[in-house]
Amino acid sequence: MIDVKNLGKTFNKGKVVAVDGVSFQAKDGQITGLLGPNGAGKTTTLRMLYTLLPPDQGEMSIDGVDPAKEPLAVKRAIGVVPDSRGLYDRLTARENIAYYGKLQGLSSAQINKRIDSFCDVLDMHEFIDRRTNGFSQGQRVKVAIARALIHDPQTILLDEPTNGLDVMTTRALRGFLQDLKAQGRCVVLSTHIMQEVAALCDHIVIIAKGKVAAEGSAEKLLARSGAQTLEDAFVQLIGSDEGLLS
Amino acid sequence: MIAVWFKEVMDNFRDRRVILSTLVFGPLFGPVFLVVMLGFAERQTSERLESALELPVVGAEHAPNLIAYLERQGVIIKDAPEDPEETIRSEEEEVVLRIPESFGEDWETGRPAPVEILADQSRRYSGTTISRVRGYLRGYSSTISQLRLHMRGIDPNLTRPINILTVDLSTPEARGGTVLSFLPYFILIMVFVGSMHMATDTTAGERERKSLEPLLINPLPRWQIMAGKLAATTTFGLLTLILGLIAFVIAMDFLPLDNMNMTLNLDFTVALWALLMTAPAALLAAAMLTILASFAKSFREAQSYMGLVILVPMLPSLYILINPTKAEQWMAWVPLLSQNVLILELVRGEPINGLWVAICVASTTAAGLLLASVAGSLYNRPKLIFTSD
Repeated sequence: MIDVKNLGKTFNKGKVVAVDGVSFQAKDGQITGLLGPNGAGKTTTLRMLYTLLPPDQGEMSIDGVDPAKEPLAVKRAIGVVPDSRGLYDRLTARENIAYYGKLQGLSSAQINKRIDSFCDVLDMHEFIDRRTNGFSQGQRVKVAIARALIHDPQTILLDEPTNGLDVMTTRALRGFLQDLKAQGRCVVLSTHIMQEVAALCDHIVIIAKGKVAAEGSAEKLLARSGAQTLEDAFVQLIGSDEGLLS
Repeated sequence: MIAVWFKEVMDNFRDRRVILSTLVFGPLFGPVFLVVMLGFAERQTSERLESALELPVVGAEHAPNLIAYLERQGVIIKDAPEDPEETIRSEEEEVVLRIPESFGEDWETGRPAPVEILADQSRRYSGTTISRVRGYLRGYSSTISQLRLHMRGIDPNLTRPINILTVDLSTPEARGGTVLSFLPYFILIMVFVGSMHMATDTTAGERERKSLEPLLINPLPRWQIMAGKLAATTTFGLLTLILGLIAFVIAMDFLPLDNMNMTLNLDFTVALWALLMTAPAALLAAAMLTILASFAKSFREAQSYMGLVILVPMLPSLYILINPTKAEQWMAWVPLLSQNVLILELVRGEPINGLWVAICVASTTAAGLLLASVAGSLYNRPKLIFTSD
């Protein structure tokens, strides 16, 4: 369960306002989508949640722990698939995942067990023992997800998870996220793709220019804007169609 | 931290370029360079000393006796070139002897008769030849002067009120040491070469691969991640150093030291002492290079900084070259300079000064740890983590 209140962050000594008083809640057993055009502040918000950026203002808590105050505790509790999914090219997929398991403090036996189950769930048997250079985007994302979730976290943050994936992989990924939700976990993903939130998210937070423009379920947002489709609702709620096509 | 260390070492052992540059070229460069260069120098000197001296003479007809003397000494007299100055300038000849027309007249009247050696002294290779010609002329001059004094019934020794003798007390080891004053540089540079690639790969490379951000989301204090990386880099530096020292000891067998009348004190015991003193420098080098590479956005950018850092271990060597003073205690306190001075003492075969070695190790370790702590705090800056914004 994530609780964010009035979160703010500026760059360049206050000249660039990236996040300007964002508040939202993400509940366990739900998939929460941060929807917004590029540059709206989604990634910055997530980075503050996964402790790599200190916020300038506001409060946040993940299962009652403040990421700004106790970063190590939060890092143990969350699994993050950030925007940059750099893998180590000279290591095999298995070694990449095991490295993060070791950094999370897991034993080799635990790591092997987890990797075996990921191989089944994410269909990675074919390439698990190959070096990752030359991997396709889809294979890379799978490894990045397995790596991020190796310690079985309750809260999962994903930044643009379907970026650059083909239809089949996207579908598989959605199924996987639904499974996580069914297990009662708190899943938060950021995206600028409309269909994604429509198909996946129970709760949508629309962010534009660093602020929350609207929030609620897809039906609620439609009702509020009076528009026919979610896309029209989105344009109406953020006040422009900027960034929608990119 | 151990996980980070293990992963970085394994990761880089799989990179053929790293193995090649760190574990093959790094250690071999110094010894091979030394063997080739000394061998070449030795051959050059002996060739110049032993081969017959060919000497073009202008105006040989003005001093037939001198020419005859030179020929008796084994000098091959060559005909004079048309423009002697030009042949020197164009490096056709190293030395030309010119006997002016007035030679005969001055000789008869008992005035010092002029002889000119034409040479370009800025060309270092001509040094041996000039001194050989000068030696022959001096020999002739003193023979004649003694003859003249004898003819007048005077003991020639009267003209030599003092007899200067230099007794060379330098040991063969010490003579080897002067030639090899750049040996410490070769040893120090190895730890830099050895850690260079690794320092780049673990920092700038991590940013280029975009794997730094996910790495830092792991529940580990950032200084521990950095410490693991530094330890791995230091490991590679040490590995290069150890292999290099072994290569140096082996290379000693191939050096023409006997012919050059010197011994070089570099056996495995000395190598162990050198390892002890240089090992902390590996940490220093690793930390220095890691700090630099952390600021670089890409591999390429990092490598352009590295070129400059390689000059750092050279500075103390240059200082010693320009200002060859004797080893003093304050030098032991200065990292890198202390290794230079003490390794030099070692290969000269001087007794080991335990206190100085201790100071050297302590001060270098302290400097290394200081830089390492700076490196450890670097990843607390968000600017160094995110590449895209």
